[in-house]
Amino acid sequence: MFEKVKIENPIPERPALAEGNFYAPLENQIGPGMNPRIQRLRKLSVETEPTISIERALHETAFYKENFGKYSIPVLRAMTFLDHCQKKTLYLGDDELIVGERGPKPKAIPTFPELTCHSVEDFHVLNTRDMQPYYTTQADIETYAREVIPYWEGKTQRERIFNHVPEAWKAAYQAGLFTEFMEQRAPGHTALDGKIYQKGMLDFKREIEENIAALDYLNDPAATDKAEEWKAMAISCDAVIVFAERHADLAEEMAGRENNLQRRAELLKIAEVCRHVPGRAPRSLWEAIQMYWFVHLGTITELNGWDAMNPGHFDQHLNPFYEKEIAAGTLTRDEAKELLSCFWIKVNNHPAPPKVGITARESGTYNDFTNINLGGVKRDGSDGSSEVSYIMLGVVEELHILQPGNSVHISAKTPDRFLHAAARVIRQGHGYPSIFNPDIYILEMLRQGKTLEDAREGGCSGCIEVGAFGKEAYLLTGYLNVPKILEVTLNNGLDPVTGKVAGTETGDPRNFASFEELYAAFHKQLSFVIDQKIRVSNYIDRMFAKYAPAPFLSVVIEDCISTGKDYYDGGPRYNTSYIQCTGLGTITDSLATLKKHIFEEKTFTMPQMLDALGKNFAGEEFMRQTIMNRTPFFGNDDDYADEIAQRVYGDLFDLIDGQPNIKGGQYHLNMLSTTCHVYFGKVMGATPNGRLAGKSISDGTSPSHGADTNGPSAVVKSLTKIDHTKSGGTLLNQRFLPSLLKRDEDIKKLGHLIRSYFTLGGHHIQFNIVDTATLLAAQENPDDYKELLVRMAGYSDYFNDMNADLQQEVIERTQNEAF
Amino acid sequence: MQPLIFDIKRYAINDGSGIRTTIFLKGCPLSCAWCHNPESVSPHPQKLYTANKCIGCNTCVEACPENACELTPLGIVTNPELCKLCGICADVCPTKATEISGQTMSKEEIMAKIEKERVFFDQSGGGVTFSGGEPLQHADFLIELLDECGERGIHRTVDTTGLAKTETLLEVAKRTDHFLYDLKMMDSSKHKSWTGVPNEKILENLQTLSAIGATINIRIPLIKGVNANEQNIRATAAFVAGLAGEKKKVNLLPYHNIAARKYQKLGGEYDSGEMQEPSEEEQEKAVAIFAEYGIDAILGG
Repeated sequence: MFEKVKIENPIPERPALAEGNFYAPLENQIGPGMNPRIQRLRKLSVETEPTISIERALHETAFYKENFGKYSIPVLRAMTFLDHCQKKTLYLGDDELIVGERGPKPKAIPTFPELTCHSVEDFHVLNTRDMQPYYTTQADIETYAREVIPYWEGKTQRERIFNHVPEAWKAAYQAGLFTEFMEQRAPGHTALDGKIYQKGMLDFKREIEENIAALDYLNDPAATDKAEEWKAMAISCDAVIVFAERHADLAEEMAGRENNLQRRAELLKIAEVCRHVPGRAPRSLWEAIQMYWFVHLGTITELNGWDAMNPGHFDQHLNPFYEKEIAAGTLTRDEAKELLSCFWIKVNNHPAPPKVGITARESGTYNDFTNINLGGVKRDGSDGSSEVSYIMLGVVEELHILQPGNSVHISAKTPDRFLHAAARVIRQGHGYPSIFNPDIYILEMLRQGKTLEDAREGGCSGCIEVGAFGKEAYLLTGYLNVPKILEVTLNNGLDPVTGKVAGTETGDPRNFASFEELYAAFHKQLSFVIDQKIRVSNYIDRMFAKYAPAPFLSVVIEDCISTGKDYYDGGPRYNTSYIQCTGLGTITDSLATLKKHIFEEKTFTMPQMLDALGKNFAGEEFMRQTIMNRTPFFGNDDDYADEIAQRVYGDLFDLIDGQPNIKGGQYHLNMLSTTCHVYFGKVMGATPNGRLAGKSISDGTSPSHGADTNGPSAVVKSLTKIDHTKSGGTLLNQRFLPSLLKRDEDIKKLGHLIRSYFTLGGHHIQFNIVDTATLLAAQENPDDYKELLVRMAGYSDYFNDMNADLQQEVIERTQNEAF
Repeated sequence: MQPLIFDIKRYAINDGSGIRTTIFLKGCPLSCAWCHNPESVSPHPQKLYTANKCIGCNTCVEACPENACELTPLGIVTNPELCKLCGICADVCPTKATEISGQTMSKEEIMAKIEKERVFFDQSGGGVTFSGGEPLQHADFLIELLDECGERGIHRTVDTTGLAKTETLLEVAKRTDHFLYDLKMMDSSKHKSWTGVPNEKILENLQTLSAIGATINIRIPLIKGVNANEQNIRATAAFVAGLAGEKKKVNLLPYHNIAARKYQKLGGEYDSGEMQEPSEEEQEKAVAIFAEYGIDAILGG
């Protein structure tokens, strides 16, 4: 195994095409409009292989060895962060205007051993696996094994969690009834509001110091804890200022050596920007972008929170700077676009931190889910789209890179011009942008108890989950495998795949006399599993609050400074825990099959069905075909199936929504799947809807693959029979062939389809513009189709970077070519 | 006779303005050699069979009360002498390899289907399109539906071959917002040999319809070897340019050889013969000729 380890090369070879360049070879290879600087930066970004940097782990381990026990945990965390910001290797590349990397160079990812400590074996798997490798040098692996691993043994967050979970939870977890997000990464899913464009770190520090001075140690029992948290926040403000100042020093030093006059001026400008932000509020578009970037880097260096960091409504935040400078003549549209392109490439330089305990086959993605919101509405309810929104759409279209993700937000007030501009980008087949409906997600947030203004300032981050940007910790706790819960119900609490107990006993289904009896058993099982899930999620939440607080993140999230509580400890104004329920299509179709064919029409008996499921429909093709062709399935605007979907959705809502999450907030329902429906399918046998064992279940709230046979308008009608305002996000994937969007007239009709969905109350829709022949050809000859970017559930990925199961899943998504 | 419906297509985006629902009525006085919907010609129910969907389960053979179905190495073969088109074979088929094309539907059932798409009509300026076959063959039924849609404020398009009694066409026109009018070729004897009927009545009806001020899109299939020659295109353009009323828009629909599979389903063979897909240059040229006559022709629906 050791000889396979790659030796690190400063910029390993990776053809630009590998990371996508949708422009046909005969056309401009790089894309129209990209200037030479952006072309070079993009090339470097897409051609650099992701590597692991052990620098952060070394700094942290040394600091913990020296200092653990000397300070409170929040202060220890902040000082560890400060120590790293003082020492870490800086990177300031040629051509760069926006500066700063989390690692010592682009695409070098640090590890976070305090949460999950990679083993030597993990590094070897990451070095050698086919999909999404991350390279570590042999020397670094040896250093890690000597310096880092021994110290963290038994002390990591992950070990703490797994040592404490009850047996019933473990059984359900191992059977694949649900996943747990926080066993790998810190709670995140954070997006910011506009406060960092009004205030700098020095302003935040001033507020913090005033709060410390006003502490009432005589009467407030929480005074000590607050003092420690505030001290930690103040130290972390210093940390990012130090980090920026070091970049200013470096830029000045480089300017002194620079012979090219233009570059020298740029370096001096970079120094000036980095001396001003993040300490003070930005004055220009350049400073505003750099301000955000330092905050982004700070939060993703402090911890490895899920979905990295997100500027939220970035166009709305930047537009005042843009307009001011355009009016003053200090900035041109092209300069603004160049700065934004530099920023976009910066985000692309930061692949997601790799998991621990991985297997070589496990699917993954480099995408870290920063999802920039374009358009939407402003705090006062007016249209949020601006010239900056259009510039950003242009940047998305030209750069065509994996990260950051982006979405357009189409309210009733959004002009068609913006919708059509977005549809033209979608037509290119990027998978981006996805499309959201603010008019509905604002209602979702109001229902969850947010104020109108906070809801309007909110949006969608990560994949499709809603939150009040800058004011909320809205954590995804894990996916729930709803179809698997039916499978366990049909086996009276056992997992038929492993033969082990996975749930609770709900009766032998052969004895159920009616569909209602079956449904009652399913409901009981559902309730049992959700209880297991919530119990452990609450435990994990407390572990993060106690052992891995995030004082820097807390500085930029509203009410943490005023309450003196951490982001993980209920400090934010709103605290939501989401459980993401997966497979609405599969569960609906399975229940519809049982209802119609077992109980109503008695086409088959329950023992026949259980027998067929047990042998994966082997020799039961007649039965399977009858089910697939003669059952009303979800996604066809057929009330028989859609009422079952409404019922399951309603019960998921009743069981999850409103449960307290011990941070003063509540659990809410989410209907997201990301790629988890593939994993969930793998741990399952055949399902009553005719789906074969191991095949992926349906994603998000989309219909099962091939189940929707009446076109996109019928899908839209089925989807909107469920009340989207009761969830924190639903997800609808639609695949369109390029031929459907050839003409401008077609773009308009796509716009009509979107407006119709949103009028009926849809939350989100996304389009993959590809044809099956292309996908099959891509599977045959992967090398010829490296550019193929496919929209997955809530983000885009390269078709070639997906494993065979995911590829199959993309191919099977219903086409709409017939229209 | 109650007309048969052979398809209702939702999210039809090539049958007129906006997002539409298209109702296909069975039965057509023309039998065009290139017809993409061969099952639309006969006004009677027809059995469709898709061999590659068939799993050879023999269920239909056992279920047929007339013993008309037989399982052969080539799939199910139906004896037309014995088959009474009762449809039981289609009802029991687990894979829908066997289907019956053409079913009666009440006005209420059709309206309920149309209403399902109302939000899309409202958002897109779409509505309902009656197509076929030839919808004017079922004028009474069509008029009832058009009146009902009119009362409900649903935009109405009729897609016609133009072959009908002029009085019927004018009655329909009173309750139609927009026509899609097919024009195949100008030479009547060629028209007869390719479609089975001469074209005088079709051309006359188009002139009459134009004269009363109807809104019309003229749809012309563009088939190399049939009508895509310059002579026919010039004659067509001159005729269209001479029509009364507002300037007509022309949709040129380039022929695709995709109907073959449908003919197999009906148990027939399809011979594309001299018919070929026009090249892109030929398509562009046709557009250019129409432009010479001041007519805005676009390629596609």
